[in-house]
Amino acid sequence: MSTYDLIFYLFAAITLLSGFVVVTSKNIIYSAFSLLFTFFGVTGIYALLGADFIAVVQLVVYVGGILILLIFGVMLTNKVTNVDLKTGGVNVLPAAIGTGLFAGALTAIMSKNYWRAGNITYEETTIYTLGSKLLLEYSLIFELLAILLLVALVGAAVIARRGRES
Amino acid sequence: MLELFTELTGNALLGMIINSLIPLVFVIPLALFFVWLERKVSAHMQDRLGPMITGSHGWLQTFADVLKLLQKEDIIPADADRKLFTIAPILVFAGSYAAFAAIPFSSAYIGSEIDMGIFYVVAVSGLVVAGILMAGWSSNNKYSLLGAMRSVAQIISYEIPTVLVILSIVVLAGTLNLLKISEMQTAYFWNWFIFGGPEPGLIKFLLIPFMFAGFLILYISSLAEVNRTPFDIPEAESELVAGYHTEYSGMKFAMFFLSEYANMFVVSAIVSAVFFGGYQSPFGYLGNSLGISWLVPIEQFFWFTAKGIFFVFVQMWLRWTLPRLRVDQLMAVCWKYLIPYSFVNLIIIAFLELYR
Repeated sequence: MSTYDLIFYLFAAITLLSGFVVVTSKNIIYSAFSLLFTFFGVTGIYALLGADFIAVVQLVVYVGGILILLIFGVMLTNKVTNVDLKTGGVNVLPAAIGTGLFAGALTAIMSKNYWRAGNITYEETTIYTLGSKLLLEYSLIFELLAILLLVALVGAAVIARRGRES
Repeated sequence: MLELFTELTGNALLGMIINSLIPLVFVIPLALFFVWLERKVSAHMQDRLGPMITGSHGWLQTFADVLKLLQKEDIIPADADRKLFTIAPILVFAGSYAAFAAIPFSSAYIGSEIDMGIFYVVAVSGLVVAGILMAGWSSNNKYSLLGAMRSVAQIISYEIPTVLVILSIVVLAGTLNLLKISEMQTAYFWNWFIFGGPEPGLIKFLLIPFMFAGFLILYISSLAEVNRTPFDIPEAESELVAGYHTEYSGMKFAMFFLSEYANMFVVSAIVSAVFFGGYQSPFGYLGNSLGISWLVPIEQFFWFTAKGIFFVFVQMWLRWTLPRLRVDQLMAVCWKYLIPYSFVNLIIIAFLELYR
């Protein structure tokens, strides 16, 4: 087993185990904090795949932003922490059929598909190509996304302010 | 450096582990030194002597303190959340230690020569934020929770001006790699980015005032990111006892303390790498003029450490000079002043770079 494999299995194990805790834990705070390790594991896998920019963005956006927001939300809504969360099983049969079909489809794709495994030369870093693609080829979409985020921000501010006045 | 360790040990994994442990050998003595320095600086600024008994001028004081902390009983409050209470200090230290991976100590040693460099350093500080929140919540103490909330709100807000100033340097340098940014500012001190960068010309002189403004914004927001005075409201003793680490004692407290001082060094190293040439000497190298090539990395390491320690000293200096801000003042400084100024600064620097 090479070092690369070892590190891959380490990150995969972190992702799977913490993801399992997220779903099964009865304490919502534990779920929120183990989501941190899930995001971290995914970051490691991105980095191993050579997607360095996506890996760091994953860390900035999910760990530094969304997760903190989530934990803040969980903590400030104090009553939620005392409620017993439902982690038992309901509708077992439809869920089993659904997941079984999905797992079957995934394994079929994995085994039947022709995976091109060759010597691909990785780019040293992806930021230069990513930057020129975003700002030259897809600049319209990029700008539209920026406007969408701005609209969402202004909307959130307006909603928050209206609540205070009434 | 990684190849060297791999060759020496004959094992890629072992080489990686040794390569990643080197900053630890550097950080721990440095943090001990900083704790001593803080005591002495504060004492001399208040016309006291500070620790004088343990060793000459008390230099052994922090070693004695560490011995004491090691022997202390590991107390976990009865109502605290045991698991998260134990994980939190480890997470905080891991976050601040991870930043050392992308910082060039000299041209010979950098933990990992990733091209994301400085962006990565900004990103891993997210782990510290999560760890602080975890510590505050799991302590089950209102002071801890309030301190953690304040700290997180502050760090997240001040990340924006920090990133904007760093972005303006990235515009000039054309790379995120801290090693390359440091390499650019070679030879003499007028090639540092604080003096307009390495390329000569009229634009270089036009850039200088905006560089100084950028440096001030970056330094102020880096103070807020490491919770130092005047931005130490998360640990305001008169209001919150000790903030998020109120309930911690013994080795767990020591880990928070260690990561705090490690963080102070990280932000100082970032400031010196983007504005003050990183590991570069302000004037040539003795090794080059004597023709001894192995001396150059050692000199570079000396300059890197000296610049880092200098900026940490300035942080201490400010701590014992300035009073603490109020929460509303803290937010006003960030959102009403630093962010607009850093935006304008970024736009001007980008225009100047465009018409170079």
